Amino acid sequence: MTSIHFRLNGVETDVDADPDASLLSILRGQLGITGPHFGCGANECGACNVIIDDHAVASCDTPLWSVANKEVTTIEGLGTAQAPHPLQRAFIAEQALQCGYCVSGILMSAAALLKRNPNPTNMDVRTALDRNLCRCGSHNRMVRAILRAAAEMQAP
Amino acid sequence: MISPKTEPSLKTEPSTVTAPGPSPAPPKLPPSLAANPMLSSWIKFAPEGHVIVSPGKVEIGQGIVTALAQIAADELDVDLARVQMVRATTAGSPNEGVTSGSLSVQHSGRAIRYACAEIRQMFLAAASERLGVAPDVLAISDGTISGPGNLSTSYWELAGDVELDRHAAPGAVPKSSTQRTLAGNSVQRIDLPDKVFGRPRFIHDTKLPDMLHGRVLRSELAAATLTALKEDGARAAPGLIAIVRDGNFAGVVSETEAGAEAALLALRKGAAWSPGEALPDENQLADWLKVQPAESTVISSKSAPRPSETKQTIRRQYSRPYIAHGSIAPSCAMAQWTGDRVRVWTHSQGVYLLRSDLSMILKLPPDHITVEHMEGAGCYGHNAADDVALDAILLAKAAGGRPVRVLWSRADEMSHAPFGAAMRIEIEADLDAQNEIVAWRHSVWSNGHSARPGRADMPGLLAGTELAKPFPRSISTNPPQANGGGGDRNSIPLYDFPSWQIESHRLLTMPVRTSALRTLGAQGNVFAIESFLDELAAERGEDPVAFRLRLLTDTRAQDVIRAAARRANWKPAPRDGVGYGLGFARYKNTGAYCAVIAEIEGAEDITVKRLTLAVDVGEAINPDGVINQIEGGAIQATSWVLKERVRFDNTRITSNSWSEYPILRFSEVPDVEVEIMSRPEIEPVGAGEAAHGPVAAAIANAVFDALGVRVRTLPITRDNLIAAMELTS
Repeated sequence: MTSIHFRLNGVETDVDADPDASLLSILRGQLGITGPHFGCGANECGACNVIIDDHAVASCDTPLWSVANKEVTTIEGLGTAQAPHPLQRAFIAEQALQCGYCVSGILMSAAALLKRNPNPTNMDVRTALDRNLCRCGSHNRMVRAILRAAAEMQAP
Repeated sequence: MISPKTEPSLKTEPSTVTAPGPSPAPPKLPPSLAANPMLSSWIKFAPEGHVIVSPGKVEIGQGIVTALAQIAADELDVDLARVQMVRATTAGSPNEGVTSGSLSVQHSGRAIRYACAEIRQMFLAAASERLGVAPDVLAISDGTISGPGNLSTSYWELAGDVELDRHAAPGAVPKSSTQRTLAGNSVQRIDLPDKVFGRPRFIHDTKLPDMLHGRVLRSELAAATLTALKEDGARAAPGLIAIVRDGNFAGVVSETEAGAEAALLALRKGAAWSPGEALPDENQLADWLKVQPAESTVISSKSAPRPSETKQTIRRQYSRPYIAHGSIAPSCAMAQWTGDRVRVWTHSQGVYLLRSDLSMILKLPPDHITVEHMEGAGCYGHNAADDVALDAILLAKAAGGRPVRVLWSRADEMSHAPFGAAMRIEIEADLDAQNEIVAWRHSVWSNGHSARPGRADMPGLLAGTELAKPFPRSISTNPPQANGGGGDRNSIPLYDFPSWQIESHRLLTMPVRTSALRTLGAQGNVFAIESFLDELAAERGEDPVAFRLRLLTDTRAQDVIRAAARRANWKPAPRDGVGYGLGFARYKNTGAYCAVIAEIEGAEDITVKRLTLAVDVGEAINPDGVINQIEGGAIQATSWVLKERVRFDNTRITSNSWSEYPILRFSEVPDVEVEIMSRPEIEPVGAGEAAHGPVAAAIANAVFDALGVRVRTLPITRDNLIAAMELTS
């Protein structure tokens, strides 16, 4: 057991755990953060994506030690019903999901994209989400929602 | 679904035989309400101002809970926000069988609409008594019932006076389509905010007090026997509570999820398996399907009053592979024993049906088993949801009364869950001297498309076949044609051919496990019929839209084809490497009508650029919900057609990860445009499965338009395209 320190959704966090444990298992287990979802455990679906220092990353194959002293953001840290992130507002406005299991990971990929490219094209969005799988076929609505959020964030 | 009790008895009332003139049929309850007549099992009023609605159908990402809430709110005249939807449970929900077949609006929606219509009248009568005015001067607004002057009461005030613990009576008259204010309008789904804000809503995210974690050991080998199991390694794993072994069923229970994973890994190292059952050659699948022992059924037969002379017969063969459900979440369940009673939480599509199988396996009376639904990820049919529920129950036996959560691995989900059945379809058409179709023969070979729990006298759950005293591995069957059929679903053409013979051959062997996948056999059959018709139209030099319109007499069918063609500017001017194709079907021949025009770009690989669809679902309760379902269905169908094929070798399923079983990605998704025909006066039908067959055919027909090649073997991959080109040249 080692103590690892990082910032989780803006809160200083210390975890005593096996440093090789996956970040996802620590988030969902010890820390009770269930927004990031287990989908494949092999960085192939994006359901567990979180943002680590501005990059969307699959937390299922990210070892705990690698986030030491970094900033980790999960869907829980993106926004709340009272203070939603523009992406969350846009996903509701566009009804951009069906079952929604993939959505917490997709929102993190989208949030990371808008941070590095506030004015993405349709193709930029699709490229940024290409490692996120959606089985319900809500892709086009999600792209529309992300472009809508981008426009809203750009508006003066 | 006519109850024999409502039939007039000819023995005691012979006069009914000669009764003059037609009399109106006595009113009947909708089938779901007739089967579950207790009004309070559907609707309750909570004193603080809520309407509690308990459907027997479950949310699987299709938005049904919202559509049902709309129906209840509309009929009762309450705001949507007052409606609280209860998840299905065998502890009290109406038994509506399974949530499948695009039937939830028909079944649950009609039951709720009629129950609410009756309840509304009961409350108006009670209000009339309390307020001392006639019922017809009362009006209801957001649950407040008011009359002349300041007279007013409410559902909630009157709830104590109105007895809902009674059976529904036939004859309630729901509002007409013009009186409804919510149904027919797009409303926001009530389950979406939780999902967008990452609040725990899925079964996967639910933590019960004192919960343990379990994992089940399964061999990669098909139907393997566990010959030896060394437990030492697993025993040393941190937090281990128990190792469970019963025949070929083995698993671990641990204090933590990581501990369960570690114990499973160790147990796997200590396990020896006998070689399992041989799997067929995946490259000769269509041939293999035709030579297996099979149960053959004539599905439909029709002969022309005056047979025409056949000048030529054209014969074509089509096939599709096994297709995985591919839920983004591996299946999950939780179970907890209290003495000889067990409670299980599941994302099964049918809580009562699962309970029936559990009762057989556990040898417990059904009332000792409580099955409660919780939302999972989209399932698209019968995946491992039911299997994992039994896994959790078996492991929880060793948990000393604590709840156990079991989650399948991605690899198990992609190899041990049932698949959509592979299909071989042969169609023959006899043409007369004018190349008109005078006879049509359609034969389909396939494993059965359903092995859902609760349907047979033997359970169909995976672990049941693994126990020391195993239940036999059931061979999948097909629902009867009256319920839409299985392998034969949509095999009967909607076209007005003078004669036909439709046959279905259901395999009696099942080396690869199959069960219900969205649309059952409809996707394969529609792909075949619509591809063949396109070919016949091309042979005749006739426009495929005009050809179909001429062969159809059903005006709703013609309307969706015209609407899709108009919206897609049929037929755009030819461009190099670009093709356009049409596909059409009425799902199950009784459900939603759907026509689609596909635009593709073809070279070595096929890219679907745009799908333009028109659908007729009758009354669209939540139009945006319908569009969402059609869009999603069209995109999933594109994925099946371009990419999906379960892979296997002689001993095991090899496509057990997303890299081995790729699905459509964001960069590959076509633009999708959907037009809904306005039919508020027609009973609603579901939308979730309407698009798959038409989209498959439209893409294949567009490939021909672009490249002059008929691909009759799905998926339309580079390999299958090259094989088809070689066949053409």
